Amino acid sequence: MSVSVQEADFDVGTEISALTAGDARAGAVASFVGLVRDVNDGAGISEMTLEHYPGMTVQALQEIVSEAKSRWDIYAVRVIHRVGRLLPTDRIVFVAVSSAHRGEAFAACEFIMDYLKTRAPFWKREVTPEGARWVDAREGDDDAASRWQK
Amino acid sequence: MIKILYFASLREKLGTSGESLELPAGVNDVGGVLATLAARGGEWASLASVKNLKSAVNQDMARHDTPVKHGDEVAFFPPVTGG
Repeated sequence: MSVSVQEADFDVGTEISALTAGDARAGAVASFVGLVRDVNDGAGISEMTLEHYPGMTVQALQEIVSEAKSRWDIYAVRVIHRVGRLLPTDRIVFVAVSSAHRGEAFAACEFIMDYLKTRAPFWKREVTPEGARWVDAREGDDDAASRWQK
Repeated sequence: MIKILYFASLREKLGTSGESLELPAGVNDVGGVLATLAARGGEWASLASVKNLKSAVNQDMARHDTPVKHGDEVAFFPPVTGG
């Protein structure tokens, strides 16, 4: 299963090793890990909760992975997105891509993250000293995703 | 009947995570469903004016002109903020 949505944490080393296990074609792995920060939009963050649309998230992520595979000559892809309550320094998301050479792996990994940010149905609710608030979408995320449009 | 789901800040504002709705005669797309809900007034009226409101039909991202028919699952939510 290349896509997982789960409450549990994951081990980055284990995931990267598994991605290319037994695959001698792979000359490169690019990966990204997203973490919970302790500050956002000028306020301290003590915790956050990731809500999602359970019937849609896995399918949306699989479509993004399929799109990446159609654009670049890549071998294996792993996407993990956590949901539920998370604390600063916790891992939120993991994307790893293997390919023969680094260029394709870097590009596909960045593409998957940019599309995930704007197309996968997850929502962050963060707790600040003033109370809980829903995180606003950033216009920069739309810009990052739109630069991949053909 | 269609199944409607609400997520995140929208779910909190409306005070419900979802409902079943009998499609009124003549309503056959996402925009029509939205107009039907907004016509309830109160918090529902704000559905028509939520900035960048997103929707999905049967778990696929949709637009206001995406068709909706009996048995579909329609979801409304604010812009996504995962990753």
